[in-house]
Amino acid sequence: MRALPKPLVLAGFMTMLFLYVPVIILIGLSFNASAMGVTWKGFSIQWYEKLLADPSIMDATINSLIIAVLSTFFSLLLGLGLAIGMEKWRKGHASWMNILILLPLVIPEILMGVALLMVFVFLQVPLGFGSIVIGHMVFNLPLTVVILRARLRKFDPIWEDAARDLGASSWNVLTHITVPMLRPAIVGAALLSFTVSLDDFVVTFFVAGPGSTTLPLKVFSMIKTGLTPEVNALSAIMVVVSMACVGLSWLFQSQAYSFSIKHDSSS
Amino acid sequence: MSSILVLKDVVKTHGQVVAVNHVSLTIERGEFFSILGPSGSGKSTLLRVIAGLDIPDSGTITIQERIVNADPPHARPVNMVFQQYALFPHMTVFDNIAFGLKMQRQTQPCIRAAVEEMATLVRLEGKLQRFPEQLSGGEQQRVALGRALVNRPVVLLLDEPLAALDQQLRQDMQAELKHIQEEVNTTFVCVTHQQDEALLVSDRIGVMAAGKLLQVGTPQEIYEQPVSSTVAKFIGLSNSFSGMITRTKSGICWIEQEHFPLMMARCPKGLVAGPVFVVVRPEHIHISVDQPCNDYENTLSAVVHDVAYHGHEVFYYFCLANDSIWTARVPRAEVPTPSLVVGQSLFLQWAAHEGFALSD
Amino acid sequence: MIHLFSHSLPLSVKYLFWGASFFLLLFFFLPLLVVLGVSLASRGLYGGVEWIATLDNYRRLADPLMGIIFFRSLIFASLATIVCAVIGFPLAYMVARASPRWQLLLLTLVMIPFWTNFLVRTYAWILLLRADGLVNAFLIWFGIQSEPLSLLFTDFAVALGLIYGYLPFMVLPLIVAIERISPHLEEAAYDLYASVGAMFRHVVLPLSKPGFVAGGVLVFIPSLGAFITPYLLGGGQKMMIGTLIQQEFLVSRDWPFGSALSFALMGTALILWFLVSRTSFGKSLP
Repeated sequence: MRALPKPLVLAGFMTMLFLYVPVIILIGLSFNASAMGVTWKGFSIQWYEKLLADPSIMDATINSLIIAVLSTFFSLLLGLGLAIGMEKWRKGHASWMNILILLPLVIPEILMGVALLMVFVFLQVPLGFGSIVIGHMVFNLPLTVVILRARLRKFDPIWEDAARDLGASSWNVLTHITVPMLRPAIVGAALLSFTVSLDDFVVTFFVAGPGSTTLPLKVFSMIKTGLTPEVNALSAIMVVVSMACVGLSWLFQSQAYSFSIKHDSSS
Repeated sequence: MSSILVLKDVVKTHGQVVAVNHVSLTIERGEFFSILGPSGSGKSTLLRVIAGLDIPDSGTITIQERIVNADPPHARPVNMVFQQYALFPHMTVFDNIAFGLKMQRQTQPCIRAAVEEMATLVRLEGKLQRFPEQLSGGEQQRVALGRALVNRPVVLLLDEPLAALDQQLRQDMQAELKHIQEEVNTTFVCVTHQQDEALLVSDRIGVMAAGKLLQVGTPQEIYEQPVSSTVAKFIGLSNSFSGMITRTKSGICWIEQEHFPLMMARCPKGLVAGPVFVVVRPEHIHISVDQPCNDYENTLSAVVHDVAYHGHEVFYYFCLANDSIWTARVPRAEVPTPSLVVGQSLFLQWAAHEGFALSD
Repeated sequence: MIHLFSHSLPLSVKYLFWGASFFLLLFFFLPLLVVLGVSLASRGLYGGVEWIATLDNYRRLADPLMGIIFFRSLIFASLATIVCAVIGFPLAYMVARASPRWQLLLLTLVMIPFWTNFLVRTYAWILLLRADGLVNAFLIWFGIQSEPLSLLFTDFAVALGLIYGYLPFMVLPLIVAIERISPHLEEAAYDLYASVGAMFRHVVLPLSKPGFVAGGVLVFIPSLGAFITPYLLGGGQKMMIGTLIQQEFLVSRDWPFGSALSFALMGTALILWFLVSRTSFGKSLP
């Protein structure tokens, strides 16, 4: 293959630098002994120690994890039903559903936040864990469905026919064929949902109640009340966690089976 | 012999298209039956209807004297070898073959024994722990065969079983398929669009076109006594012309054609007058270079159009007076000397019984 | 209902299907209807909602001050989209056309910011831009400036934050689009006497359109309704629609007007999405 044009590669690397320099500086400063400014006063992990000693941060982390696990789990469960059901839907019905399912993903987050806030207030749903989990599911469910359907579309219906011919009931087809073959997509959707849920600030900001502070809410209030270097340490940890998530998703994707078998229909 | 599979007046439509149009068919126990037809003729749909994967609009399907119309696929004693095999990519060869037995909740030792026995039959010993994508096309084909046969189906359905294989492998597999069928002594119903495949391995053949079953018979009957021009055209290369019957006598008819002299051909009983379609097989054409020989009733003058060498045979293409192109197949040993040259004028001859007339 | 599904489905899947549909109905479509309803109601005396129908909230949108904020938001969102496309394309092309070994590394590097907390990535710029931040430290150290520049809480900071925040959303769809273009097309163009520039102009860029469209939507819509970036980097003074909505809901407690603003925002986003999906290449939308 021809070598890539040099100016283009240069520009590409510049963009990559632009993406990384702020994050790298952030991580670097989290090890700065100085409490103020950017002057380097030597290497220190004191901010990490302070962070771990702060019970409110531990609480927020646990809250975030619980919410992420719950919203991921329920999104996956409902998403499987929705994705498989849509695929099996008679042609023609599915097209408007295709558009509707994408809407939550293209509507500005802040609108979703205020809309959910009002519904919870009017329906007298207490603001807290439940409302946050529901709020996160509103975007995690469509996200899951989109990922699962992308996989299902590559799924050859002949596999299901073969299984049914070999004596599988519809439940057996689901558990032995459909779900195992969707596994890479299920893992991918779960990882993405989990991360998006952990990261969400805007919707959470509107539907959270007292006692359900999540990690992003905690970071936000720390930034607002004054820039202590603990925020740097916390941010650095969150960057590293997202790196681990990317690594995990690669690991699972490399296990994906090839779905290259084409099925040309004759007669 | 008892009929193992009986289709009665089966109709299946896909929207506006009538894929299977009033098909009735009886298949005997232990038969190797091929359904032959061009793509789009509805033959795969017919197979899916038998398997229960498609529900017929009307008609009945009887397997072992039991009407199975209402039975879902997993309740029918038939199994299918799918086109492109449809092997489960996330399962090993062992798990693929074991799938049907697992669904029937057989015990682990039973399954293991049956799978291993089947692996020996389809020559897959030592490959049981591989995944389908690690196998060659021929091996995948044998997994598909084993996966279906291990369930001991009353009828095995094969949808274009050899279409995905290359030429050489296909010929080997044809023989192997026939061998396995004799070994397990199961009824095979095979769908194919390749007439040589069907003619070679089948006990009987059903020719399908546009959703209709046109003719059912042994390979010899189909080849030598096609009931219509469609069947004749589909089975093997044929030379043909249309004409009018002028008279008939003891199975032989005389045919008039604008550009040809009066022709003689075999004709089925009942055909006495009217337009006909006459077919002459390429291997029945005799070439006379200098002058027509008196042994044959039919003689046409022709011009050599092209010559093609096919190993042990030579194909000659001739241009006739009505501008149609005819083919003659001549074994290597009988090629005329000196060799024919393009543009050369000569005579094509055949005996009266070597051509046959069909109502058009 | 019997004929809704073309194949037999296990009952559990059907229950999940209807459960999911009901969930979206209750917590997605109902909330949007509530926003519409509240936007047509009046504000109560103590910040509640009084169900007296009025169009006042929409009339207030015509206020020049609101116009300015909407206009600012549109400008910022457009600017962010264009800049992301321009600086994102070379990176996306480089990743899409890298040799397999490099590609995995580069793709991972592009994915990491995508998965990293938006708040944290925005916060990183506070460290860089504030008066005693790294940028000012450098400028003074190199003698370009003697006094620290006020960079934080400016339009510049907001635009930079939006570009930085949403750049991965442009790059990823572009990578997917470019990977789908056969390298043979590029070779054919070169073979037919195209220069590098002409090849990009006539082959790669037009064929990358689906990526630009998908990326454009993914950058434009969240930028338009952005809240974190203008709040943290604009300091709340440089208002955008997002910060205004938040203020109406949580500070002024004027839900009806906040709802009208939200509805206008959604309308703008949906009209844009609709227009894009009507174009010839809109079919490639996510």
